[in-house]
Formats: sequence, C-alpha cells, structure tokens
Amino acid sequence: MTEKDQSSLSEGNYLNKQEHHVYQLRLFVTGASPNSSRAITNLKDICETHLKGNYDLEIVDVYQQPLIVEREQIIALPMLIKKAPGIERRLIGDMSNTSKVLKGLGLQTEN
Amino acid sequence: MTKSHKKQQPANIKSLPKTPTGITGLDEITDGGLPQGRPTLICGEAGSGKTLMSLEFIVRGALVFNEPGVFMAFEEKTDELALNVASLGFNLYELQDEKKVKLDHVRIDRSEIEETGEYDLEGLFIRLGHAIDSIGAKRVVLDTIENLFSGLNDQAILRAELRRLFAFLKNKGVTAIITGEKGEGGALTRQGLEEYVSDCVILLDHRVINQISTRRLRVVKYRGSQHGTNEYPFLIDQDGISVLPVTSLGLEKAVSSKRVSSGIPALDYMLGGQGFFEGSSILVSGTAGTGKTSIGAYFAAETCKQKKKCLYFAFEESPNQIIRNMKSISIDLQPYVNSGLLKFHASRPTLYGLEMHLVAIYKLIKQFKPDTIILDPITNLITVGSVSEVKSMLVRLIDFLQNEQITVMFTALSLNTVVNEQTDEGVSSLVDTWMLVRDIEHNGERNRGLYIMKSRGMKHSNQVREFIITDKGLDLVDVYLGPEGVLTGSAREAQQLKERTGVALRDFAVSRKDKEITRKRTMLEAKISNLQAEFESVEEELNRIYYEDELKQQIMDKNRDEITKMRRGIKEESPIIKKQK
Repeated sequence: MTEKDQSSLSEGNYLNKQEHHVYQLRLFVTGASPNSSRAITNLKDICETHLKGNYDLEIVDVYQQPLIVEREQIIALPMLIKKAPGIERRLIGDMSNTSKVLKGLGLQTEN
Repeated sequence: MTKSHKKQQPANIKSLPKTPTGITGLDEITDGGLPQGRPTLICGEAGSGKTLMSLEFIVRGALVFNEPGVFMAFEEKTDELALNVASLGFNLYELQDEKKVKLDHVRIDRSEIEETGEYDLEGLFIRLGHAIDSIGAKRVVLDTIENLFSGLNDQAILRAELRRLFAFLKNKGVTAIITGEKGEGGALTRQGLEEYVSDCVILLDHRVINQISTRRLRVVKYRGSQHGTNEYPFLIDQDGISVLPVTSLGLEKAVSSKRVSSGIPALDYMLGGQGFFEGSSILVSGTAGTGKTSIGAYFAAETCKQKKKCLYFAFEESPNQIIRNMKSISIDLQPYVNSGLLKFHASRPTLYGLEMHLVAIYKLIKQFKPDTIILDPITNLITVGSVSEVKSMLVRLIDFLQNEQITVMFTALSLNTVVNEQTDEGVSSLVDTWMLVRDIEHNGERNRGLYIMKSRGMKHSNQVREFIITDKGLDLVDVYLGPEGVLTGSAREAQQLKERTGVALRDFAVSRKDKEITRKRTMLEAKISNLQAEFESVEEELNRIYYEDELKQQIMDKNRDEITKMRRGIKEESPIIKKQK
C-alpha cells in the first residue's frame, strides 16, 4: 500500500506530465444535506484553484441512483472518487480539509 | 411460537413477538426465537461460529419461514460465504436468484480512503434500505459491523451513526442480527456494541479444556422474555448448528407399564418374569471381561427381533468388531444392521467433549427414532470429563430419553470390585434397573455372578445367579449352595457330578438288594415246595395205612359173612356177595 502512495506522490511531482491528464472526479452526495452542500462548494473551490480547466467533475445524488452505492462500494458519504489520473483514490467527508483533499488528489507539493 | 398468535391478537402486549431462527434448539432456549423487529447481538471469539449462526438464521428464514433476508458481510466476500455454507447444503446463489436472500459485501479499505472532513454513513443506510426493500426482507444480518471501526477513523461519527443504524433497523421492522468480536477483558465486544443492541445478546464461546474443545452458547440477556440462562453446548456439523437444551424443567413424563424382554429368558425370569419396563433405564456394571457388552448385544438383538429399532453407541469397539465378537456367542447382528433396524454409532470418547457427545447422541436419536439405545460403555466417557460432568451429562440424557420413551441400557466398567458398588459414575441412583456382573474368584478360577441390585417397580430376584457365556449364548444358572457355601463354575460342576455319582451308586445298591430279595424268594419258594412234597408223601402214607386198615376190615367182614353162609348152607345169596365186591 505504501508503494502505491509513493507512486502517486511521485506522479504528483511530475507536474508537467500530469498536466496532460484530465482529472476525472465523481462526487457522490446525498441530496441537499449540509455535508453534501459543503462538499460540493469546497470541492468546486479546490478544483477551480488547483485544476482549472483540467478536470471533469460529475456529481451523483445517490438517492436518485441507489444501485450505484453497492456497485461503487460506498459506505460513507459524501465521497469523492478520483478515477484518473493514476490509481483510484477515495476521499470522504465534506472536503473542508483542503490539504488532505489535495494530498488525496495527488496535488500536494512539498510546501 | 408467537407469530401466529400475534397476527390474531395484535393488541396483545403480554408476549413479545418473536422470530424463530429455525436453528435446532435455539428457539427452545429463547422460548420462540429472537425478538421480532429488533436487533440481536451475537458475540464471540474468532471461530466461535457467529457468521455461520447468523447465516443459518437468514437461510432458514428464507427456506422454512418464507422470510427473505439480507446478509451484509463486512468481512467475507459473498463468494466465500456461499462456499462456506455450500457444505451445509445451502445454495446461496439459488436463493439470491429467487430473491429470498440478498448478499452484500461491504469492503472498506483504510488505505484507499482519505477523510477530508465531516461525513456520515448514509451510503450504508441507502444500501441496506435498498437491499431490504428490493426483496421485502424481514431479516437482516450485519457481519461484522465492527469492521467499520478499522476502516474509518472518526469514532465519534461512527458511534453516532451506529446508533442511527439500529434505530433505522427498528424502523424498518426487520429482525436483525449484529455480530461482534469478543473484546478484551470482560467486554462482550471490542467496540461496545452491546451499548446499542440492548434487547437480546447471545454469547458464543469456544473453550478448550483438557485438549478437547467445546462450543457453547449463552443467552446473556433477553429483554422482555424468559430464556434459558445456562451455557448450552452446540454442534456445527453437516446440518448446520444444533444447540442442545439439555435440561428439561420438570419430572412430568409419561410412563409405560409395558415390558420389554432382555433377550435372556433367565434374566427376564429374575425380573419378575417379564423383563424391563419400556422406556426405563438399565445399568449393567461390572469389571472387565464380565460380559457387559454381550448383555448389551443380546438386548439389541432382542429389540430387533421384535421389529423395533435399536441404536448402539459404541465408545470402545468398532461396529465390525462387535458384530464379529458377538457371533462367537451365536448372535448375528449383521442382518439387523442390513435391514436398518440396528444402527451403530462408534466414536472415540476423545473425539470431542462430553457435551458434544450428548449433542451427537441427541441428534442421532432425533433422526433415527429408536426404541432402544445402548451406550457401551459410559465409563469411557470419563476420559473426557470428570465424574461429576459425566454424571450431569447422563442425568440429562436419561431425562431426555425418558421423555422420548426410549429404553436405554448403559454399560459401565468398574475398575475393581470393592468400589464398584458406590461409584458407577453416580448414575446408579438415576437408573431404574441396575444389574451387576461380578467376578467370583474361588477355587483357582474366575466365574461370573449376576445380581440385580435394584429394579424399580417390579418384583425381582434377590439371588445371585451364575452368568455363563457359552458358544450357544448367554444363560443364567442357579449357583449351588453347597455345604461349603456358594459354589460356582467347576466347583459347582464337581458338586453336581458328585451328586450324580451318589445317585448312581444308590441306584446300584437298590437294584442289588432287589435281586437278593428275588433270590431269597425263589429259595424260599423252593423250600416251600419241598416241604409241601414231604407233607404230601406223609399224608399219602397216612392215607395208605388208613385205607389198608379199611380194606382189611372189609375183607375180614366179607370173610366172616362167607364163613357164616357156609355154615348155614345158603347158596342163593351168593350174587349179593359178588356185587359187594
């Protein structure tokens, strides 16, 4: 597992290479619950700041599609799945901890 | 028990509605099953059977009670689960296709998940809610929900969500089982799940004592219902889980006054001429090699001869060994085995613990429904338990058998003749008939004596009989009470021989005397005839003299007449004289 983390980090270091990849993000939310609303706002902020024009965000309301929950192995919500680039990462919570979100997306730099 | 009840009288608040589990014995302990519409916690150590028990709850519900169920696995994958219960003959895939069961594997991998702030477990709720609604589930299992704690960090959120989850389950009206791993120290679960599930808690245990492991189950708490509080052993075998509610509550069982023959006519004769009571318990105890197994085999053969079923539990010898050995006393058990009247169940006592033996016996009896069972010997069980444990096991067994009206014969080995009258695993006070086969050592040889120590409710002989095993079979003979005391074996034979000799001698003497008498009689008779002859000759002699005298007289008279006539000269009278001559 640590190897994977390292590989994603090392990918993060090669920013040039990453820029060619479009970030594919899916955010699963539960209607308009407070957590969900916050998560959408926070994630949009982060994406606009760090991945401007280089991301593809899909927001899924699991109440509308309950079957997706089982298929995607979702337990905790809201949850963000980063499908690409690199390996799949899952982030849960309202995305208020920006540094953790960036780390999870592989965008965290040295400073 | 209360399901149909409840439907008829929904307002009845007296009894808590229950959901039967369908697991053998568990519903008896819980007096009908798990609390309906409420969560139940099953906790225990790793490998104690939590998953299997909860899965059986779901499968039995689907198969027997037509209640669909959701199994949410946090540990094992659905394929693994299906494989695990395939050995029990449950086809989970088929049940899933028929929409009777829904399996869902929840995977949580901490390394894949980053927590970035506030979250909830709404995903789990949606999943569970959808699964329940899709098949109309009445039963839910969450196995093991504590895994959430290893996958997610925020304890405060988890606990709040768990509380919400149980409320959600109650709201849904499903009967749920939550499994939990046993915690450190006295805690029932690692994460204190018992705080949330307060209606019914069942503890599973898997203990190893003297290298023998026994699974046990205990209902720690059951709100609003009476339940058995003891630890009950349970068994996992090819039919799933069987729990044994081992003690019945009272002594209210039916009794039979019918009699069954022991197969040994002489023994029946000792027991008031008719044998044992049907449904009674018989103990045959004795030292090694006194023929206990033979008595057991005789009884088994007799039962089968009456076209009744017999179940023979052998803890010492293998069935083939018993069959072979019994042929030497002219009992052939093989035909009965072939016709299905006789069934052997041989197991090493050390195979599993005492309780397990009891469960195994119980199960077999339920399956085979015998009229007679034989346990040979119960003393071997002591290798896996203490005397008191064996006793308590036998108490429960006898109890159960009497309820089922099954005649049981135990054999018990006593190690030496001095103590055997007091021990015998303490069952002697429980059994109805107690026979003791004992060595009588005398005259440099060992013989068997059979006593009936007691036999409740019937007239029985107080005599010691000699118990003989020959190649023709078993028999009892009266021991010989000679001038030197009780005689058995060759001493008895010798005494009998001596008596027979005496008889022969006496016969001979009598016949000699008879002959002598005859001889004497002939002798005397000869003498008598001699005397008679002598008498006759004397008589003749006497007669002759008398006759001669008379003749002389006549002649003299005639002569005188002649002379007279001649003197007178009368010639005409001569023809008269001629006539007289």
